[in-house]
Amino acid sequence: MNSVHVNNVSLLYAAGLVLIALLISYRQKLGLNRDMIISVVRAIVQLTIVGYILKYIFALDNVWVTGAMVLIIIFNAARNAAGRGSGIPNLFWPSFLAILISTGVTMGGLVWSGAIKFIPSQIVPISGMIASNSMVAIGLCYRQMKTKFHDMHQAVEERLALGATAFQASGDIVRACIKTGMQPTIDSAKTYGIVSLPGMMSGLIFAGVDPVYAIKYQIMVVFMLLSATSLGSVCSCYIAYQRFFSDDLQLIDRLAQENETK
Amino acid sequence: MTDVLTLHQISLIIRGKTLLKDINLSIPKGSFITLAGPSGAGKSTILKICARLLTPSSGKLLYNERDAFLIPPQDYRRHVSYCFQQPVLFGETVADNLNFPFQIRNQVPDQERQHALLDQVNLPADYLSKNIASLSGGEKQRIALIRNLMFEPDVLLLDEVTTGLDAENKQIVHRLIDNYRQKGTILAITHDQEELAQAEKIVTIKGGQIHE
Repeated sequence: MNSVHVNNVSLLYAAGLVLIALLISYRQKLGLNRDMIISVVRAIVQLTIVGYILKYIFALDNVWVTGAMVLIIIFNAARNAAGRGSGIPNLFWPSFLAILISTGVTMGGLVWSGAIKFIPSQIVPISGMIASNSMVAIGLCYRQMKTKFHDMHQAVEERLALGATAFQASGDIVRACIKTGMQPTIDSAKTYGIVSLPGMMSGLIFAGVDPVYAIKYQIMVVFMLLSATSLGSVCSCYIAYQRFFSDDLQLIDRLAQENETK
Repeated sequence: MTDVLTLHQISLIIRGKTLLKDINLSIPKGSFITLAGPSGAGKSTILKICARLLTPSSGKLLYNERDAFLIPPQDYRRHVSYCFQQPVLFGETVADNLNFPFQIRNQVPDQERQHALLDQVNLPADYLSKNIASLSGGEKQRIALIRNLMFEPDVLLLDEVTTGLDAENKQIVHRLIDNYRQKGTILAITHDQEELAQAEKIVTIKGGQIHE
């Protein structure tokens, strides 16, 4: 097996690459320098901490601690997803539920089929991948929902005026948003191997695994991400659309509200 | 005659701005009442409150002498139907629009009823399969109106439905409204002199209040 060589000195050299980005931002007056430095520092600190935590958890190999770690990942993903739907109230729990279900069902399927083992070194990283993809999908759904309810304001109101329930008035919006959430996963799966050698596979090849064996894991990732993003999108959309209707079944234009308060 | 709708001391304040103030209005069953007044006076707001598309800040709305806000909104709106000034048709075809009232009631679309209503607005039965993008403004308004009338509501709220229509389309819409009038109640907003002349009663709204 090839060993992976990255030591602190080579990392320091690699940090020079950040200077390129900083230089571009400075020269082009993009105003991104501060953001970039913060993001780099955050990435270093967060990854260092998580590296030690994972080392500890892997060594401990305890079901409850592993479960707790997965829950923390889901909690953070839910907070982030809810943030993308700013303007739509009370989104944390729907997002949490959606990510919990999508991660739970997908992981359950993988463990049940024997694709992965219930050990922390497999459960934790795979949960992270699933939860983060689900999070991105849900975030896309929320944004699309705000735009759609704004653009199709009158069509929804007309349906309400005819005596439609909230879902009857907005079913097509809900479907369009679910589609938006799932589309990037479907699109990127199409270019796997042609354009990108995706993360899971690259990581394994990097660590010295036979590429023919590594693709099997990547194929598994395609399956699991499809399941995760579809479940995440469906669950979140079916809860979130209700936030666009008042108790009196009137449409609330969240995007217009948000713009007014800006 | 009993009132089908009663507005009692209805006020609406949005973000500190008074849009309606102490509106009292009785709409007897079978009547045809028209709201008149300058634009921005609050006429559409009154109609939307009647349709419960807006909730008043204070006051009461009674439907058949019951508090309207105690009735599930979707049930209420199937009886008190609001027609928009510039309606939007949804889906792709005319059928998508005329099937909708049946779908929300979990019923199979009654094609005979659809054909009869299309006929009332001078449109042939094969219009059901027509793409909505190919319809003229007048045709869209006619389709929207019969969409509201598919299950005859108790009250029809008409928000300037003939504004911008040519004489021929207006005449078709007037005939449809006349037919409905035999059985139902109408509360309408119009600037059209002919329509104002048809009304049994004209209520003038100015600055969010009724002017006697």
